[in-house]
Amino acid sequence: MTRRTMPKRTWLTDSPVAAVVLPIIGLAVAIGLWWGATVVFSIEPYLLPSPWDVVVKFFEQPGYLLQETGTSLLETIEGFLLAIVIGVPIAVLIVRSVVLERLVYPLLLMVNSIPKVAIAPLLVIWMGFGQWPKVVMVLLMCFFPIVISTAQGMKSTPTELVELMRSLNASRVQEFFKLRLRYAMPQIFTGFKVAISLAVIGSVISEFVGATKGLGYVIQQSGASADTTLAFAAISLLSVMSIALFYALVLLEHWLLPWAQEKR
Amino acid sequence: MIRLDGVGQVFDGREGQVTALEKIDLHVRGGEFVTLIGRSGCGKSTLLRLIAGLLPPTSGAVQVAGEPVTGPRRDVSFMFQRPALLPWRSVLSNVMLPVEIDKGAGDRSKAAYRDRAHQLLELVGLQGFERRLPHELSGGMQQRVSLCRSLIRDPQVMLMDEPFSALDALTRTELSEELQRIKMELSTTIVFVTHSIEEAVVLADRVVVLTPRPGRMREVVDIDIPRPRSLGQNAHLTEVAAISGRLHALLAEKESDEVRPVDEVRSR
Repeated sequence: MTRRTMPKRTWLTDSPVAAVVLPIIGLAVAIGLWWGATVVFSIEPYLLPSPWDVVVKFFEQPGYLLQETGTSLLETIEGFLLAIVIGVPIAVLIVRSVVLERLVYPLLLMVNSIPKVAIAPLLVIWMGFGQWPKVVMVLLMCFFPIVISTAQGMKSTPTELVELMRSLNASRVQEFFKLRLRYAMPQIFTGFKVAISLAVIGSVISEFVGATKGLGYVIQQSGASADTTLAFAAISLLSVMSIALFYALVLLEHWLLPWAQEKR
Repeated sequence: MIRLDGVGQVFDGREGQVTALEKIDLHVRGGEFVTLIGRSGCGKSTLLRLIAGLLPPTSGAVQVAGEPVTGPRRDVSFMFQRPALLPWRSVLSNVMLPVEIDKGAGDRSKAAYRDRAHQLLELVGLQGFERRLPHELSGGMQQRVSLCRSLIRDPQVMLMDEPFSALDALTRTELSEELQRIKMELSTTIVFVTHSIEEAVVLADRVVVLTPRPGRMREVVDIDIPRPRSLGQNAHLTEVAAISGRLHALLAEKESDEVRPVDEVRSR
């Protein structure tokens, strides 16, 4: 038998303070390397601005950039919620009916395999320049991981728990709400966490085409005027948004599903 | 209390039909403790599911309390090999699950059931753990919770499918003693499936020996050892040993045609 050494448990692995401090250190080191590179190789700001340039750029027009962030955030959240509202019931139906699964699954796969950038101009043609094509793009990006993980979760109910509910004469509805859906929640949340990052990407892609607002629009415009620093400021705001949304979901999961935390 | 007449069960396997049970005639009296023993794959669990109404028999008739079994009954509870607790529910709310699901049960108020749940948890030594989640408990404690859940509606019949087989020896001894105590207090009819000879002898009024492939009743053995009995130290060691030896011989007995010591049901 091969010997596997267990990872040592120390303050660094177990403390909640370390759980917050370590990611910050990681980020700080990465930014430090970036900064170092721009100084050591004296890179022109229009090629790669230093972190400081980016911060300065942000504070030149914080109101404008935050407003654009707000626009993108709203599109992201709307599309994400729509994907949940549509995706979860579809996943439930797929699990309930083999016929439906066979009918719909290849279709889902096909839609998922289409590069979303290719649809962006079409969405504009169909839905105009308003918010809708952006929300729909986010929906398209989020839909698949949410459906897959929900379906997977709904199928993972242990047989002995199903049998328990049967032996208690539970109705189909009770079995669904009291057992299957609850049991699937951790996996559904995994899908949500994958989807939320994709949602942010979706909103940016859609803002590249036929938009007049949003961080994607800012990035596209800055490219046209070779304002690399502005593009970096917008990209930084995007990543902050992405990280914040992700951790909001993690917190929500902690709060809603305390029973699922122990599995590590 | 429980009556099986000429019960048989045939499953459609991938390689044709599989006879799991054949010609089972069994009559369990009210308040009796019967253990079903046999090798793996002899249809013990199937038999239990037929009584529980989780599975309709292919042939023959199953009756509980004088009525033919058509589905799961309120006065019959089932306990599984694994605790089968809902991981997001506290201990107390797991015990209350049967009451919650069957809202029409109305013979007692919810508060009365809650009191009963506390009482049962105390009976198995889990007072103070009511608000814990299942993953915070040991395997033995989880199975105790499961036992309380199957007792919450004061069932007339308890069907137990190797409930202690996944526990360590000491916990198993403790739980089998607790079960006997509860049994004497509540006078429930119990059918208990096991593959442990010792467990079968210590718990039962009667032991039913099943032979595998297809599951048939080999013999019914009465156990007259006075209670309470214990898996550990025992005042009646010689009797237990004698009956255990006899059961062992019955189980080990090879029937005329090839009985292969494999775990799955043989397809034909």
